[in-house]
Amino acid sequence: MFDINLFALFGQLLVGLINGSFYALLSLGLAIIFGLLKIINFAQGALYMLGAFIAFLALKYMGINYWAALIIVPVCVGLVGILMERFLIRPIANEDHLYSLLLTFGLALIIQGAFTHMFGSSGLSYAIPEELKGGNRLPFMYLPNYRAWIIIASVAVCFGTWYMIEKTKLGAYLRAGTENPQLMQAFGINVPLIVTLTFGFGVALAGFAGVMAAPVYSVSPDMGSNILIVVFAIVVIGGMGSIGGAILTGLGMGVVEGLTKYFYPEASTTVIFLVMVIVLLLKPAGLFGKEA
Amino acid sequence: MNQPANIPSAQEANHPNSWEKLRIDNLHAFYGESHILHGIDINVNKGELVTLLGRNGSGRSTTLKAIMNMVGRRTGSVVVNGNETINMPAHKIAHLGLGFCPEERGIFSSLNVEENLLLPPHVRSDGMSVEEIYEIFPNLYERRTSQGTRLSGGEQQMLALGRILRTGANILLLDEITEGLAPVIVQKLGEVLSLLKERGLTILLVEQNFRFAAPIADRHYVMEHGHIVEEVHADELEAKTELLNTYLGV
Repeated sequence: MFDINLFALFGQLLVGLINGSFYALLSLGLAIIFGLLKIINFAQGALYMLGAFIAFLALKYMGINYWAALIIVPVCVGLVGILMERFLIRPIANEDHLYSLLLTFGLALIIQGAFTHMFGSSGLSYAIPEELKGGNRLPFMYLPNYRAWIIIASVAVCFGTWYMIEKTKLGAYLRAGTENPQLMQAFGINVPLIVTLTFGFGVALAGFAGVMAAPVYSVSPDMGSNILIVVFAIVVIGGMGSIGGAILTGLGMGVVEGLTKYFYPEASTTVIFLVMVIVLLLKPAGLFGKEA
Repeated sequence: MNQPANIPSAQEANHPNSWEKLRIDNLHAFYGESHILHGIDINVNKGELVTLLGRNGSGRSTTLKAIMNMVGRRTGSVVVNGNETINMPAHKIAHLGLGFCPEERGIFSSLNVEENLLLPPHVRSDGMSVEEIYEIFPNLYERRTSQGTRLSGGEQQMLALGRILRTGANILLLDEITEGLAPVIVQKLGEVLSLLKERGLTILLVEQNFRFAAPIADRHYVMEHGHIVEEVHADELEAKTELLNTYLGV
């Protein structure tokens, strides 16, 4: 009963790491937006979906390939985020957090509804770029190149973001601006501009994840809403607003999910929520969160 | 442009007396419905150290915040280094050469001591170097990698003051910097203020500790209920001691 099929186990671990990479990118965006701006952005999933669709449409109608899309799409999605922040979220910035949550939830439904109307709910496929086709046979598993790329690229982007926020001067402005925006203004820093750019960046991460996801998951209007609930659970497990916590928890929960798929597949869709309940009971601020 | 005769012409406004660093005319400040300042007039000349005295709630801290445009709404005129700021967004005002040290010190807990020190951007080119600041406040050097809010109250105050000296601000607005500190630290801060004055910096100081302020200040404004009720020059202190006691005494 304990004869472990290594080939299957490593296969599930790999799937776990891939899912974990997307969890990490999306929860990192949410953690930045929540941690630094105190906005709960329910539209993050819809913007991830938007990223995948822009990549798909750009390839189909304008011949913009995957590599160009990796740069262009996050910029486009980031601009959408900047407009959202400037014209929809800022006017209610001083209200209760519930208002921005409801606003972004509504936006998510509108974006998802519009895409379902235009493209139907069946998925569209996006080809793996030529350079990343194929794969390598490792001792216990077959590793497709594109999957290896997903893991490397997301870890690099996540680490770069963490470094920027925790270790640079720009990051110090962000952290200090969260703590005491009024004093930062008095020091001569344009805090509203920083808020807008930060929101744009957090949302651009979702756009980036969308492009990364297009070749492995099917591009469909509900891809964002499916993943978002899991990602919110991950942000809660990691600790609301903890940047490093969001990244590590994202990858870790992907692996936990993968292992569960191997050992007890029936629980694989539930296990993250089970972890969330346990973490909330034992450490309400989350694994990496600071106790209030 | 048509202007009423009693307003200085554009030419005059652009060429203010160069020794006048800060000039506040008829300043009103509001938080929501509350009207806190009722027409304040203050001027501070280059190299002067001027204090705002008064009881708690008389509007002294609000005056400093109103200069920085950190209040809900303000009207009147606030001229900083010759520039009218009344309609300026808050983040542009510091760049005219102002450094603000808030009453609650405003040390950031998410940054360590050195990050706190390096945080405010330069507003003029001739600020103190980090080495110079560490020389004045050796404690800060010892604790440069500690989390900012782990410092003692006195060290936090040194950090809050050191931080704005680095920016090159030549007009300092200091709010209750001696509050709650041990006498030895108060003495140290007094020495630092004298040093800054020697260097030609202009200081507007909100102070509760009159004995700290009296020997170093050139002039004092006394505030009550959001008004300036008295202006006292350093050489009039003795003659006006009784008057000051009636305003400040509890």
